[in-house]
Amino acid sequence: MAEQDELVRDDAPATASKDIHPDRELSAETVTIGRPASELYDYWRDVANLPTFVENLESIEKLDDRRSRWTVKAPAGKSVSWISEITDDCPGESISWQSQEGADVPNSGKVEFIDVGQRGTIVRAVIAYEAPAGIVGKVVAKMFQREPRIQSRRDLRRFKQLMETGEIATNARNPAMKAEQEDK
Amino acid sequence: MKALTWHGKHDVRCETVDDPAIVNPRDAVIRVTSTAICGSDLHLYDGFIPSMKKGDVLGHEFMGEVVEVGPKSTLKTGQRVVVPFTISCGGCYHCKKKQYSACDNGNPADNQDLSEAGYGEPMGAAFGYSHMTGGYSGGQAEYVRVPYSDVGPLVIPDDSIEDDKVLFLSDILPTGWMAAENAAIEPGDTVAVWGCGPVGLFAVQSAFLMGAERVIAMDHFPARLELARRFGAETINYEHTKTYEALMEMTGGIGPDACIDAVGLEAHGAFADNILDQIKVSTFLGTDRAHVIRQAILACRKGGRVSMPGVYGGFVDKFPLGAFMEKGLTLRTGQTHVQKYMQPLYTAIAEGKIDTTFMISHRAGLNAGPELYEKWHDEQDAYTKIVLKPGMERVEAA
Repeated sequence: MAEQDELVRDDAPATASKDIHPDRELSAETVTIGRPASELYDYWRDVANLPTFVENLESIEKLDDRRSRWTVKAPAGKSVSWISEITDDCPGESISWQSQEGADVPNSGKVEFIDVGQRGTIVRAVIAYEAPAGIVGKVVAKMFQREPRIQSRRDLRRFKQLMETGEIATNARNPAMKAEQEDK
Repeated sequence: MKALTWHGKHDVRCETVDDPAIVNPRDAVIRVTSTAICGSDLHLYDGFIPSMKKGDVLGHEFMGEVVEVGPKSTLKTGQRVVVPFTISCGGCYHCKKKQYSACDNGNPADNQDLSEAGYGEPMGAAFGYSHMTGGYSGGQAEYVRVPYSDVGPLVIPDDSIEDDKVLFLSDILPTGWMAAENAAIEPGDTVAVWGCGPVGLFAVQSAFLMGAERVIAMDHFPARLELARRFGAETINYEHTKTYEALMEMTGGIGPDACIDAVGLEAHGAFADNILDQIKVSTFLGTDRAHVIRQAILACRKGGRVSMPGVYGGFVDKFPLGAFMEKGLTLRTGQTHVQKYMQPLYTAIAEGKIDTTFMISHRAGLNAGPELYEKWHDEQDAYTKIVLKPGMERVEAA
């Protein structure tokens, strides 16, 4: 298998592979943002900022410099939460995390900030998670809106909007309509 | 406020809806003084554009007075502005290259999925033109929330220039101009323009301003051909004339140097209900009106340029790709980068170089909107351009 891999290897990322079948669900999304990598890293690294662009996140509570409790909206007014720990932190370049034991949705991931000069920064988020069954599975389904790629892509789009324009685009005609959309 | 709302095929209503207000810091709210019905609104009226929802406020050509501003807006209340139909952030890669209609950020994140699935990349945003392009409430209303008001709207400093002269800076004048620009016209060129609707007529004017020696304009509505003739175009009425044969004879067998398709697929080519389903079935659509782009490619001289401002939405069957390649043609197209053209075209209007009011056939209040959509659809020879002025009581023919 390893030999074969050598022969067919190209320069594309593993997440675009037709042949590699990881143990966990894997999603990778990439967006280019016209801001410096350090600025994007700094905003992302402050976990209190994440709910501004990550959908369905009720809150992130900072426990210490590396650990935070994630609370995700669930149906019927409920919520689920887990503790996420930063396992590798390269200032201005990347952040890797892993959920701690006992998480409802075991997940890990890495977000990279790659300086591409004039065009700004490529932000690449790779997320691996175990899709659970039962009620938690439904929560995950909601969180990822059935299609995890679409959900993380939307989150990255919002991050880009916020960083490039200072606001997140909305078609709501007035604040009441915006609140109504967010409740859905 | 009162607004024209979409409720389905051939069902436009004048209704009372919630007023707009500032939502984001860069927003402004405009009190609309003039707004037009666009040819592309007919795609919505005919029910061919997917992702419309009942109650959507229509309209993407409008201007008015600033009545409210967000903390990051650079506009001031009381200013008179024309608003570009493209909602563009001004700060993304494409906006910085002045490719405003390709703006990455104006379309809300959730609304980008549809066009990304259909076109490979998400579309930019526009006012009043389905949820695929953002789901923003449009300008056929008393008031409009305008995002990115610090970079989009053009302030009209001269109150002596009436609305009707500058309103079309919002869409059709820049669209006609960009159509001619995309045709890369050289002095002495013969330019053929398919379609004498507002965009085609502005393309005729623009082509002459860019140095075209001859412009040949085509349509089947005599009144519209007459308007083209007024600007010096020669005309072909395709109902009575074989277009290709006429074009070849009129150009000494060479063909026009540049061909502009200002027709598009109209109702036939746009996606129906579900874009994803439509992709699967649309190879069976659009054979009718795609006639124009096919004919433009066949008639164009070898090494010539084809410009396509006309709207296409899906797939086209029997595209003459062989002729396109073997003749060495260039094709340029796209939604208009309105913000790029507003200021220079405003100057041209103020200096009297471009006439915009000639095509207006009717003026009315919002109340008459539903009736006028029907007329615009059914009587295109008489109704060449409709301008709505909220508060006007009666319909007035120009």
